Amino acid sequence: MVENYYQKEIETMSHEQIKAHQDSLIGKQIKHVYENVPYYKNLMDKKGVKPEDIKSTADLHKLPFLTKSDLREAYPYGLLAKPLSECVRIHSTSGTTGKRVIAFYTQHDIDIWEDCCARAIMAAGGTKEDVVQVCYGYGLFTGGSGFHGGSHKVGSLTLPMSSGNTERQIQFMMDLNSTILCCTPSYAAYIGETLKEMGYTADNIPLKAGIFGAEPWTEEMRRDIEKTLGIKAYDIYGLTEMCGPGVAFECSAQNGMHINEDHFIAEIIDPDTGEVLPEGSKGELVFTCLDKEAFPLIRYRTRDICVLTREKCSCGRTHVKMLKPTGRSDDMLIIRGVNVFPSQIETVLLEQGYTPNYRIEVDRENNSDTLDIFVELSSEQFSDTVREIAAKEKALASAMKTTLGINPKMHLVPPKSIARSEGKAVRVVDKRKLH
Amino acid sequence: MSVKQISVFLENKKGALAEVTSFIASHGINLYALSIADSQDFGILRIITDNPDNAREMLKNEGYTVTATSVLAVEIDDTPGSMASILNVLTKADVIVEYTYAFIGKAANKAYMIFRVDNKEKANEALIESGISTIDQKDLFLK
Repeated sequence: MVENYYQKEIETMSHEQIKAHQDSLIGKQIKHVYENVPYYKNLMDKKGVKPEDIKSTADLHKLPFLTKSDLREAYPYGLLAKPLSECVRIHSTSGTTGKRVIAFYTQHDIDIWEDCCARAIMAAGGTKEDVVQVCYGYGLFTGGSGFHGGSHKVGSLTLPMSSGNTERQIQFMMDLNSTILCCTPSYAAYIGETLKEMGYTADNIPLKAGIFGAEPWTEEMRRDIEKTLGIKAYDIYGLTEMCGPGVAFECSAQNGMHINEDHFIAEIIDPDTGEVLPEGSKGELVFTCLDKEAFPLIRYRTRDICVLTREKCSCGRTHVKMLKPTGRSDDMLIIRGVNVFPSQIETVLLEQGYTPNYRIEVDRENNSDTLDIFVELSSEQFSDTVREIAAKEKALASAMKTTLGINPKMHLVPPKSIARSEGKAVRVVDKRKLH
Repeated sequence: MSVKQISVFLENKKGALAEVTSFIASHGINLYALSIADSQDFGILRIITDNPDNAREMLKNEGYTVTATSVLAVEIDDTPGSMASILNVLTKADVIVEYTYAFIGKAANKAYMIFRVDNKEKANEALIESGISTIDQKDLFLK
């Protein structure tokens, strides 16, 4: 296969060149943030770091971290580094109310984000001859817009389908010759199942590649999807706090995702001490935006646990690769592409008058995530007909959906059926075997 | 007139019923009648005992989810058609029966029907008008 690059000079520049590029930008970026984001200035002042202290990426470790709780505290404008009049767009993390993250973009920010997505599409074999079917959700969620913009930059014909209506997705795919599919891996698997149900096989669809992200998936799932849809399946990584999808993307080697180091500096730290770990160590991934204008997060802790590798890649790209995250340093779950924190579930339970005694079970059936929440039913809430308990479960599921953005299956259960361990309560059981 | 029924919320799994009935037995409480409603996840055990307040307290202290419900008890002749005639009265009075179960009483040729209805007062009135009387907790075990 001929390797395609969207920005070959950047994507294949030597490590020294990448480093020189980063060094040339970091001081300016820290100065920009220090002068325009009082919230971060305050953090730097507290740590006794001045913008002048940051001369190169080697000084990065002197800077304070940002976390999701900073984002919440500074909501909505506290980390904005440009006047709103210069911003052109807002995106937000999916679903959650209590922990919503709002990100701002100038036109420049949109451009570099779309460049990153264009690199991902071309790394998956995309060219201007391709038809890119985008079935990520459009709207506040970054998935749809990111790939949409990236596909435009490549010059591919873009099919802005958004998610849902799977039979129509397949019909369009066949009628309009879609060659590249962009969606969550679970939705790709679902498209595969629907294809079978409709009586078709991989031979009936023109797809050659798929770019799947926004939720964790396994190698096994990759092989499944590749077989069912007759494609090569590529992983992609991103987070709204940085831009959205495209922070890192997989190439033909399919063994890690190249981080777009000309825009994002990656560090691996010890999640307990915050200390930067040597290359090749497993730890928490931290990102610094090198040239974003409106929402330039510095040393943002992703909570994703992974390993970075600079081993030479067969695709010719030189940017550092991150291996698939193997876990989280917090308790966040990604369920059907939506970020869910157990604390949100607890809040809903308390609001609805239930006890905070619960167990969350996440599983994957037919490549789609399931969320079951078991909640203790107290004597005070117990009414003795099946119908009333079912109605309670339904009302609770609906309250959960409003807060979480996804529909769980609620189970009201007797107190004794939720195991009480001696030490820390086991609140979450993830049976998906993702890592 | 009504009877106090105790309901216990149980997990729908093997042994759950044995466990709770053993507990009740160990406290010397006699079960006069019981019925079980179940869904995939849970079961509701409904019992009629001679000392419902005591039973409820003990079950609650043991950590069970338990509630007391006031239900109608009707003494009927142990003959064909007795049940249907009561249900016809209730239907005519526009009373909805949530659930019902029966047990044989100590008096010869008599049975008791337990009803949970959506409107107890209306049900009581309709039954009295038809010459059927509901009975009270204390009467339930004296006969």
